[in-house]
Amino acid sequence: MLNVGKLNEGVVLDHIVAGKSMELYKYLKLDKMDCCVAIIKNAHSNKMGKKDIIKVECPIDQLDLNVLGFIDHNITVNIIKDGEIVSKKELSLPKKLVNIIHCKNPRCITSIEQGIDHIFFLADEEKEIYRCQYCEEKYRSSGSKS
Amino acid sequence: MRHLMNPLDFSVEELDRLLDLANDIEKNPEKYAHSCSGKKLATLFYEPSTRTRLSFEAAMLNLGGSVLGFSSADSSSAAKGESVADTIRVISCYADICAMRHPKEGAPLIASMKSRIPVINAGDGGHQHPTQTLTDLLTIRSLKGRLGNFTIGLCGDLKFGRTVHSLIQALIRYPNVSFVLISPEELRIPDNIRDDVLRRNHQQFKEVVRLEDALPELDLLYMTRVQRERFFNEEDYVRMKDFYILDKEKLKLAGPDMMILHPLPRVNEISVEVDDDPRAAYFKQAQYGVYVRMALILTLLGLEGNIC
Repeated sequence: MLNVGKLNEGVVLDHIVAGKSMELYKYLKLDKMDCCVAIIKNAHSNKMGKKDIIKVECPIDQLDLNVLGFIDHNITVNIIKDGEIVSKKELSLPKKLVNIIHCKNPRCITSIEQGIDHIFFLADEEKEIYRCQYCEEKYRSSGSKS
Repeated sequence: MRHLMNPLDFSVEELDRLLDLANDIEKNPEKYAHSCSGKKLATLFYEPSTRTRLSFEAAMLNLGGSVLGFSSADSSSAAKGESVADTIRVISCYADICAMRHPKEGAPLIASMKSRIPVINAGDGGHQHPTQTLTDLLTIRSLKGRLGNFTIGLCGDLKFGRTVHSLIQALIRYPNVSFVLISPEELRIPDNIRDDVLRRNHQQFKEVVRLEDALPELDLLYMTRVQRERFFNEEDYVRMKDFYILDKEKLKLAGPDMMILHPLPRVNEISVEVDDDPRAAYFKQAQYGVYVRMALILTLLGLEGNIC
């Protein structure tokens, strides 16, 4: 069993679908943060069989949890203070995504216009469908039901 | 400041006022002949267009205003690589209102986000064409006497046909409209219209392939052209282009009051022999396009209340 040290202050992202942690690492821009990050892949989980865990030693407000909700709102977010879990944060699908994903429609203006925000809006919460604000092309989040 | 990107940018009440204004312009053109005196319309057309551009220009000239602009990307700074955002910032210094057509979807929206003058989407790729929708609504209301309580068939290229997408979005706001979507399998309506617009709003609709099957039940038939410029592959275009041709023989299947609309230009999807049929309304539709664009320019410039 691999042991990773206890966090004193920070965030533990638990119940990440096994293999998805590096995707999260990228979306959360953890590579650009100057703090201690531990990624645990394929940890044992009674609920999921296997899961990934990310531990980040930073204040919660430094993480864009909107992005987490988009990737997988079933992830458990534990807020740690003085080595203890002080709260758990509920994730939901964000209404709007700015510069998180890019439109793949070759007819969309975002395919040629430089320097603009890539904006998607939540078009169908039940089916977890996002659409490009400019061309309305569909983008489905990874946990999409259809 | 208001823009027009999508027909839904106007509420039903606002649309009613706009169409009323257009009908008043039709009846009393002289009353409006100088209402945009000293105002300039910029027509930024990155893609070829005859009737949309000229009807915008005619509309502004009829209102006593003037017009500047370009009619292809090659004759603009886009050919030098200028962004839409930069172009509109500059045009905002030259004109009071702008109509933009662009082959890329969402280009007018970007322009509206950076503009200091009202921007009208005059067609963006296969996405939206709201002023054609205003034209269609004015034509239907003027000639049919109502918006609602009818069955409309939309025929042809429903996948890339932006006029169809915009018209469906506008018509679902009126009571008892049922849609018959007539297209080849490859050119079916996109799922954002089928799911997010029709299904979500519990609209009555069906999808069929044969025009002949649909004709007897229609109050309105909206024909569209299969657009060569929307295909990446010429072979696909050639295979699709003659799929529907409305001729006198087929029209025998339609009711005596079925109105035939077409955003134009047509190629061969409506045979010229149909032009003299009293049900053919597509050239009247082009005339209504000027009136509704006049009403739109007045409305977006905030001048609609200044007419005596």
